[in-house]
Amino acid sequence: MAEGDLAAPDLGAIAADSHGERAVGRPTVYVYEAPVRICHWVNALAIIVLMITGYLIGSPLPSVAGEASEHFGMGYIRFAHFAAGQVLAVFFLARILWAFVGNHHSRQIFYIPVHRKQFWSEVLHEIRWYAFLEREPKMYVGHNPLAQTAMFTGFTLFVTFMICTGFALYSEGEGIDSWQHALFGWVFSIWPNSQDVHTWHHVGMWALVTFVTVHVYAAIREDIMSRQSIISSMISGERQFRDEV
Amino acid sequence: MGAGTETFYDVIRRQGITRRSFHKFCSLTATSLGLGPLAATRIANALETKPRVPVIWMHGLECTCCSESFIRSAHPLAKDAILSMISLDYDDTIMAAAGHQAEAILEETRAKYKGQYILAVEGNPPLNEDGMFCIDGGRPFVEKLKLMAEDAQAIIAWGACASWGCVQAAKPNPTQATPIDKVITNKPIIKVPGCPPIAEVMTGVVTFITTFGRLPELDRQGRPKMFYSQRIHDKCYRRPHFDAGQFVEEWDDEAARKGFCLYKMGCKGPTTYNACSTVRWNGGVSFPIQSGHGCIGCSEEGFWDKGGFYDRLTNIKQFGIEKNADQVGMAAAGVVGAAVVAHAAVTAAKRLATKRDDADHTK
Repeated sequence: MAEGDLAAPDLGAIAADSHGERAVGRPTVYVYEAPVRICHWVNALAIIVLMITGYLIGSPLPSVAGEASEHFGMGYIRFAHFAAGQVLAVFFLARILWAFVGNHHSRQIFYIPVHRKQFWSEVLHEIRWYAFLEREPKMYVGHNPLAQTAMFTGFTLFVTFMICTGFALYSEGEGIDSWQHALFGWVFSIWPNSQDVHTWHHVGMWALVTFVTVHVYAAIREDIMSRQSIISSMISGERQFRDEV
Repeated sequence: MGAGTETFYDVIRRQGITRRSFHKFCSLTATSLGLGPLAATRIANALETKPRVPVIWMHGLECTCCSESFIRSAHPLAKDAILSMISLDYDDTIMAAAGHQAEAILEETRAKYKGQYILAVEGNPPLNEDGMFCIDGGRPFVEKLKLMAEDAQAIIAWGACASWGCVQAAKPNPTQATPIDKVITNKPIIKVPGCPPIAEVMTGVVTFITTFGRLPELDRQGRPKMFYSQRIHDKCYRRPHFDAGQFVEEWDDEAARKGFCLYKMGCKGPTTYNACSTVRWNGGVSFPIQSGHGCIGCSEEGFWDKGGFYDRLTNIKQFGIEKNADQVGMAAAGVVGAAVVAHAAVTAAKRLATKRDDADHTK
């Protein structure tokens, strides 16, 4: 497996050569395989549904009048939340499995190479780039080191946290003998009072809101500023390196 | 109440209760414990053959609401439980003996029924200043607790105090009031939380232990599954209003009069494990939600320290100030959002400046 995610040497040369000059071509690399892209968009959709319905479970819509048998508003909202949650869990799991069989880019969001000095110096470089202290960004085929750190924390860790607390809360309705309780009941050993689990699950939602904000902003910005395709890459799977500034 | 070597059956026969009534009691008890049809005969057999279990009932830092609840049990009648089924050898609040005479019973039970008696604890020991905040019989309660726990068969932690700490353990907990399972770690402990626990739950637990000579099946938190495996919310008669999205929004609105769901009024039913919505209180008359008030979650860990009883989203203290999840989250999202906008603005400005520079260079 190719350690790190720097562009292949020839690409690096092209990137360097392109500085101030017209490059010879627009090289394209296949980065995101189909399962990665499918998981990305399914998860993105599920997370949006989860955020909206989750917020409405914490702060329900205004009360409706009439007979209880005529309405099922809260029930549908909760159903959407539970359904989207399970979809997210399944596709997150599928994404983890794909990390074992996919290309090395598919493994990127599941670890941070903390032991590599070069990784951290490149993280620093990216931070300086975002702080407007670097004039030129480095080019990467996959995620840049800062993005990798953000994806690992903001997506992998946060979503894992949400899946664990979410299934633990779901197990309360399913019952103490359910498989959900058998698998995720340990959450209640950390917070014996389910109200606390609700609270932290809710905080987790806001943590994901901040991640999604930064994620979307960084993707759009990099698309414009780094002279490489970001957003269309998650649709076509191919990363194109452009030369124009 | 002296030596308890006779059986429950001996005692009630002496009191003039017929064998037929005895069997009725056994089947009724089996039903209330949620046991199968064969359990009634097992209960009868046990009560006929086993000597009554000696029980020592102690009081630490508490308000005696557990005792008050216990003596109001409608079924099985507390009188039956206390006077017949168990041999309540010591309970400093309701026993006839006092002073040295009472304290002598502790020593006697410990010596005579080593490893056989049940230690029922109401309240908890404060550990600060060597336990000086709760002196009982001339010595710190924590010492008495440890001493009696040493030779007990099992320990019943009555109420929120013994189970979780309750209000005397509220932050900053100056006396360092500590739940029983944090002090006694080498004995089986059954938690029967609630402030107070439901009377029928308490007598049900005692009945089970005395009948089968072991603790009932416990959940992860050490609570008997038969009474604490479901939330108030799961069996609440107002649940259809929750699913329909019909909520009380103000205490005096039409929804309140119609008995809609109290979720928005901070009802802790969805996060509280107890039997209130099925067993109810005072012989099945009512329970808080039926009376129009939300559940305060009194059988849950830390319920006294979670902010308002009337808030849906309770407070987080880890961030230094007391804010709920939405306040913390919206602030964070707001800051990040503003930072993104500012960053985008600077980026755009820089880009313009760079372009102008490049243009100047090429001239």
